[in-house]
Amino acid sequence: MAKPLWARPFLYMLALAMSAFFLLPVYVMIVTSLKPLDEVTLADMWKLPSTVDWSSYATAFEKLAPNFWNSILLVVPATLLSALLGALNGYVLSKWKFKGADTLFTLILFGMFIPYQSILIPLIQFLREIGLYNTIPGLVFVHVVYGIPITTLMFRNFYAAIPDEMIESAKIDGAGFVRIFRDIMLPLSITGFVVVAIWQFTNIWNEFLFAVTITTSDKQPIMVALQNLSGSQIVQWNVQMAGALLAALPTLLVYIFLGKYFVRGLLAGSVKG
Amino acid sequence: MMVETVNVTTAEKATAVPTVRKKRKWTADHWLAAVFLAPSVILIFLFVYGFIGWTGYVSVSNWNSLVPDWSFAGLKNYQYLFQDFRFQADLRNTLVFTVLFIAVVIVLGQLLAILLDQKLRGESLFRNIFFFPMALSFVVTGVVWQWLFNPSTGVNLFLKPLGLDSKWYTDTTILGGFQWGKIEFGVPLAMIAVVVAAVWQMTGFAVAMYLAGLRAIPDEVREAARMDGATEFQLYWKIVLPLLRPITASVIIIMAHISLKIFDLVYAMTGPGANFVTDVPGVYMFETTFRGNYYANGAAIAIVMLLSVAMFIVPYLVSSRKGGS
Repeated sequence: MAKPLWARPFLYMLALAMSAFFLLPVYVMIVTSLKPLDEVTLADMWKLPSTVDWSSYATAFEKLAPNFWNSILLVVPATLLSALLGALNGYVLSKWKFKGADTLFTLILFGMFIPYQSILIPLIQFLREIGLYNTIPGLVFVHVVYGIPITTLMFRNFYAAIPDEMIESAKIDGAGFVRIFRDIMLPLSITGFVVVAIWQFTNIWNEFLFAVTITTSDKQPIMVALQNLSGSQIVQWNVQMAGALLAALPTLLVYIFLGKYFVRGLLAGSVKG
Repeated sequence: MMVETVNVTTAEKATAVPTVRKKRKWTADHWLAAVFLAPSVILIFLFVYGFIGWTGYVSVSNWNSLVPDWSFAGLKNYQYLFQDFRFQADLRNTLVFTVLFIAVVIVLGQLLAILLDQKLRGESLFRNIFFFPMALSFVVTGVVWQWLFNPSTGVNLFLKPLGLDSKWYTDTTILGGFQWGKIEFGVPLAMIAVVVAAVWQMTGFAVAMYLAGLRAIPDEVREAARMDGATEFQLYWKIVLPLLRPITASVIIIMAHISLKIFDLVYAMTGPGANFVTDVPGVYMFETTFRGNYYANGAAIAIVMLLSVAMFIVPYLVSSRKGGS
């Protein structure tokens, strides 16, 4: 194949230039977070710190630790519950189809595209009514409910790939709804659970609208607290950047260590995938 | 899989006597399946459709204070909204943001996916670099880019020598502006900063989708084109890109529904901006409802947002059902 000689070097230059664009915020984030406040001047923004100063991490951690903990208390049960619910729904909608199942599925799917503003006012009234407003369990509940469409979609697509013949032969052997799920579907769906759990973990950890409207002060998850850091009169950019890194760390770690499943979830979330 | 099911049901229908519908036997297991699905179905109908109806009712009520007022107001809140300077600016901003954001994500997504398809050394490293912003929250993205676009610094230190000095997100300049109703129609300069941040965050999604699409194109297609003497450029422009069109359709739908309801990025990065140059309906709804206690007005904004998203999503969902999941 006669490619011109300049083509390869050009491609690498392009890849490096684009990488620089994507990494630029990370560089600024790290550099700024390691500077003492008096070095965080606009003119020195791009420079490396003269000495490494960890104090902004200490300040950020002190301010964000309670909210970080709130996020963990939120994300763990919400992820587990919505994965479990999604698995059951996906199982029913792929292997126990009934008349109108596909219409019902489409109606469920619509719930994942709606702007949540369109349900927010009744939701808050409802949570107040049942005493879950401004509580972490309230937020867990909200994320489980509005996670139903996406987790159902992901598991339904995942289970659709398991051949129906397997189910049929299990039925002939006398296995029922529960045993087929427990002995055939569950063991085969480890990957499915990993993909869905990563997706839900990332989304719930990063979510802001529900968090900011349903919780106040000491019940707020990390993203709301991070946003509030900049609310004070003087923005301490070094603390702000350290806080942003701390808030981003869990999902970044998930991405670094389980990136393959992360991308799979990304593609599974795009309906036609 | 779905096609099979469809065929079976059509066959059943054909053999069944039209008036007496053939009933499938429901075993105990079928009932069990229904019992397990029921809670989710009830939750969705209540919390999605029921609550949308409820919001719709609030939007035509007089509830514009702390105390709920359920008296009927007709379309008053909508009339107010469409005559409101801020909401008109929001509609302009949403349109500008959506068009710019989707266009750049598609072009950059295709470019980077094709680049990654060239069997570069360190391909997986590049891929990880392009994808990682997807793992971040819009709030983190907003906070960081706010610092990068800080007026008189940040990216300006690079752009000043090129004569592109700008106050960025505090700038009220509207490019190509002309009066339209109450607002100046055009591209708010400050919005470009928000678009850059959103592109940085979301391009990885498009790259992932296009890359999956590229990997699905058999090598024979490329080889055949090369045999016929097509250059690499012609190969991609004339053969590969047209094959990726269905993916572009999906990318447009996904990005459009994200941009029409965008809230956290704008809220964390710029807020409404001077003269509402970076305001969007999501931010307006939040401030009106939860800061100003104008619940009926907020609900009306929410319903307009829902309708704009539904315009894209409903045809998409219906067509993907017909196409077989």
